[in-house]
Amino acid sequence: MNEAAVLKQLRTTLRKGALIAEPAAMRPYETDGLTALREMPWAVALPGTEEEVRAVLRICRQQRLPVVPRGAGTGLSGGARPVRGGLVLGLSKLNRILEVDVGNCVARVQPGVRNLAISEAVAEHGLYYAPDPSSQLACSIGGNVAENSGGVHCLKYGLTVHNVLGLKVETIEGHTLQLGGKGFDYPGYDLLALLCGSEGMLGVVTEVTVRLLPQPPKKVVQLAAFRSLEGAAGAVARMIGEGVIPAGLEMMDALAIQATEDFVQAGYPRDAAAILLCELDGDSDEVQALRDYALRLFKEAGAYEVQQADSAAERERLWRGRKAAFPAMGRIAPDYYCMDGTIPRGALVEVLGGISGLSKRFGLAVANVFHAGDGNLHPLILYDANQAGQLEKAEALGGEILQLCVAAGGTVTGEHGVGAEKLNQMCAQFGPDELAQFERVKEAFDPQRLLNPGKAIPTLSRCSEIGGMHVHGGELPFAKMERF
Amino acid sequence: MGDGIAAQLVEAVRTAGAEGRTLRIVGAGSKAGLGGGPLGSVGFAECPGQGEQARQAAAGGGRPTASALPVEALPVAEHAGVIDYRPEELVLTARCGTALKDVNALLQQHRQHLPFEPPLLGGGGTLGGAVATGWSGPGRPWRGSVRDAVLGVEMINGFGQRLRFGGQVMKNVAGYDLSRLQVGAWGSLGVLLSVSVRLAPQPYAEKNCRLECMAGDALDWMRTWARTFAPISGTWHQDGVLNVRLSGPERAVGAAAECIGGEISSDVRGWAELRNRALPCFQESPADAAKLWRIDCAPAAQLPPKPCLIEWAGARRWWRTDLPPDAVHAYAAQAGGVAVRAGAAPNFNNPAAARLKQAFDPKRLLNSHLFAA
Repeated sequence: MNEAAVLKQLRTTLRKGALIAEPAAMRPYETDGLTALREMPWAVALPGTEEEVRAVLRICRQQRLPVVPRGAGTGLSGGARPVRGGLVLGLSKLNRILEVDVGNCVARVQPGVRNLAISEAVAEHGLYYAPDPSSQLACSIGGNVAENSGGVHCLKYGLTVHNVLGLKVETIEGHTLQLGGKGFDYPGYDLLALLCGSEGMLGVVTEVTVRLLPQPPKKVVQLAAFRSLEGAAGAVARMIGEGVIPAGLEMMDALAIQATEDFVQAGYPRDAAAILLCELDGDSDEVQALRDYALRLFKEAGAYEVQQADSAAERERLWRGRKAAFPAMGRIAPDYYCMDGTIPRGALVEVLGGISGLSKRFGLAVANVFHAGDGNLHPLILYDANQAGQLEKAEALGGEILQLCVAAGGTVTGEHGVGAEKLNQMCAQFGPDELAQFERVKEAFDPQRLLNPGKAIPTLSRCSEIGGMHVHGGELPFAKMERF
Repeated sequence: MGDGIAAQLVEAVRTAGAEGRTLRIVGAGSKAGLGGGPLGSVGFAECPGQGEQARQAAAGGGRPTASALPVEALPVAEHAGVIDYRPEELVLTARCGTALKDVNALLQQHRQHLPFEPPLLGGGGTLGGAVATGWSGPGRPWRGSVRDAVLGVEMINGFGQRLRFGGQVMKNVAGYDLSRLQVGAWGSLGVLLSVSVRLAPQPYAEKNCRLECMAGDALDWMRTWARTFAPISGTWHQDGVLNVRLSGPERAVGAAAECIGGEISSDVRGWAELRNRALPCFQESPADAAKLWRIDCAPAAQLPPKPCLIEWAGARRWWRTDLPPDAVHAYAAQAGGVAVRAGAAPNFNNPAAARLKQAFDPKRLLNSHLFAA
C-alpha cells in the first residue's frame, strides 16, 4: 500500500478536515473507555454522510486497510481500540435525528446520535427510548447496537436488540443492507439480531430505527437495607420468581455503600451489608400495589430499613449513589478492575460468597455494584498498580471470578462486550467448533477480515495456547487491564 | 437425564453429508397444513397432511431442491423432554421435539407462560418448530417476539458438529448472537437440539373489550393506545369488531377496561383462536388459502382495501385478495413492510442469506429447498 497515495485518496473522498493523520490530533482516538488498551491508529476518518462511509469502506477494501468502527468511544472492553496500521472510522459526525415518527412510535436516527438525545427529542410526545446504559449521556446509538447495550432498565424493557426495529448497514464488501423497518418480525434470517452485539465485526451501521415507548405515568424508587448479602439476594430471587419484574433492581455491597456515601452522601445506611435499589413503574394503581408488595417482601426477607422515593428529586437522590459508585471506587483505591459476568439469579448468594472467598485469598478488596435483577455482576477489584505484583493478582482474581460465573451457568460478559479484553475468557466459554462457526460467520460478511480485526472472537490458536489454564484455574493471563 | 436422540441426529447429518443426501427436518408436522413448516414444504395445496402424512410428504417429494441431491426426512420430534426448568429463574431449557402443549401445561402449573405465545396449529407443534418458524403470537408488540425470548440454543450445523450458543442468562454478549439467528431460519442453518427461553409470569387478571368499529377507526385507536401507558397485551380487528386484550394487575386491568369501554368480559378464549390460527378466516379451502397474505409493516401505514384481520397494534395485517402477487408485494413495500403467503416459509433466495447458509451448511444438507429459486 502506498500510504501517501491512500491518505490522499481518503482526503479527497472526505470533506475538508474529516481525515486526521497527525499524531497529536489522533491522540483522543488511541483508546476507548478501556483506557489501559492503547494503540495509535494509522489515520482517523470522520465521515459526515453515508456516501462518505461507503467511499471510505471501498478504499479500505481495495487497499486491504484494516478499519475499526468507532462510536462515542465509551465502550468498556476495548472494542474501539485501534489496530496498528489501521484506520479508525469515527461515526460521531453522523449525528442527525432523521425522523421522529410519532404515529409509528419510532425514531430514525444516524449512528452518532447520543442515546439520551433520542429520549430528549421525543419527550414532548410522551415517549422515550428505553435502553439506558450508564454512559447514556455520551454513548451513541450506533455503539449501543454494536455492543447490544443494556442498562438499569433493561430488566423490564429489554436490551438494545429488543428495542431496535430497523438498521441500515454498509458491508466492507460494498453492499447496503436494509434490515427490518418500522414494524416487527420481518421474514427471513434475522440479520438485525445478528448485527446487534457484533462489535463492529460484520458491518458498519449507518442508520438505526428505534422503538419508542410511552413514558410510564408513575415511578417509585425503594431502597431496602439488609444485614446480610444472603438476605438481599434472597429478596431478588423471590421477587422475580413471584412474577414481579421491576423496571430496575440493583444491588450494592458494604464496601460500595461506604465508598459512595463518602463521595456523594446519597443517604444510604452505612451499616448495611447490602442494599437493593428497586424502581417500580406503571400507572398509579399499579405502582401503589407493587409498592405495598415490595415493601412487604423486603421486610420478610430481612430488610431492617426501607426508604421510598416518590418525587423526581427523591428518586434522583437514591439513584445518585448507584450512579456514582464507580467513580467513588476511584477515591478509595488507585486502580480498580471491573468485571461483567452474568449468572442465573439463583446463584447470586453462592457466587457472591465465592467472590468474597477469592477476595480474601488474593488479599485484594472486591466491591460489588450490579444489576441484581438480571444477574449481571460488576465486581470491582481494587488494587494499586504501583505496588509490585498487585496488577497480576488482580488479573488472576478477575479470571477466577469469571470462571465462577461460567461454572454457575453464566457468561463472561453480560453487557460490556468481548472487545480486545476478554478474548482469553471466550476460550473458556466456547469450544473449537463454536469458535470456527463464529469465524465462518465473520467470513460471510468480511472475507478479508478487515473490519475490526482481532476483536470479539479469539483465534483457535490463541485458545489452544492458553487452553489448559482454565482447567487448572487461576492462571489466566489478562492481556491488559480495565479501569472502569 | 440422558441425551435424547442427539447422537443419532448428529450421525444422520454426518451420514447424509458423506453419502450425498439432503435432509428435511420434520417436527410434529403441525405447520404442514399451512404450507410450510420446517419439514418443508411444498406450498399450500400440495401438502395437506399432518403428522405421519406430513413426514411422508416431506420425504416423498415436492419441489426440486436447490441441489439435485436426493432428499430424506429427518424426524426430530422424538428428541423431546424438558432439560431444565427453574421457575424462579423464569427460564426453561427443553429439547426441540418437546410438544408445545406439554411445555404450556408444565408452565401453567407455576403460573408462567411462553411470552411469545406460539401458535398450536391443530393443537400440535413443537418448541423447536416454534423457534424455527419464529411465529410470534398476538402479544408481540407488548410481550416480545420468539427471538426476543430465546436465550440460547444447542444445534447441529451442516458439518454435523454439535454447537452451543448463548445460554440461560438474560444478558449475554459473548460472541455473535447465533442463537437468535436460528429464530425464523426454518432449520436451514442447523438442526435445533434444545433451546433456552425466557418465560413470563402469567398476568394476575385478563379482560377483553369488544368494540364495534370499522377497520380504519380500529387502526386509529390502536395507534392512539400505542402512545399511552396501558396494560394492553393485544389488539385485533376483524369483521367490524375490535377486540382489546388487557393483562396485568387486577385494578389496572379493570381501570383500563372501563376507560376503553365497549363490551367488557373476562372471557379471553377468542385470543387462543387467533393465536392458534383457528379462526374461520384462516381455515379456507386449500385453493382459497393461497389468496391469504400476511403483511408485516409499519403499524400506522395505510390499510389495504378490505383487510380481513389487523393485529399487533397495526403492524400485522392479514389480507385475502385475488390480486396478483406483484400487486400485494407492491402494497407491502409502500407500507414499509413485507408480504408472505400465510403460513409459507419466507424466501431465503438472496445473496446475504446464501452467504450465511454457506457459513453454517456449505453442502446445503439442511432444508435447502428454502433456497429454491
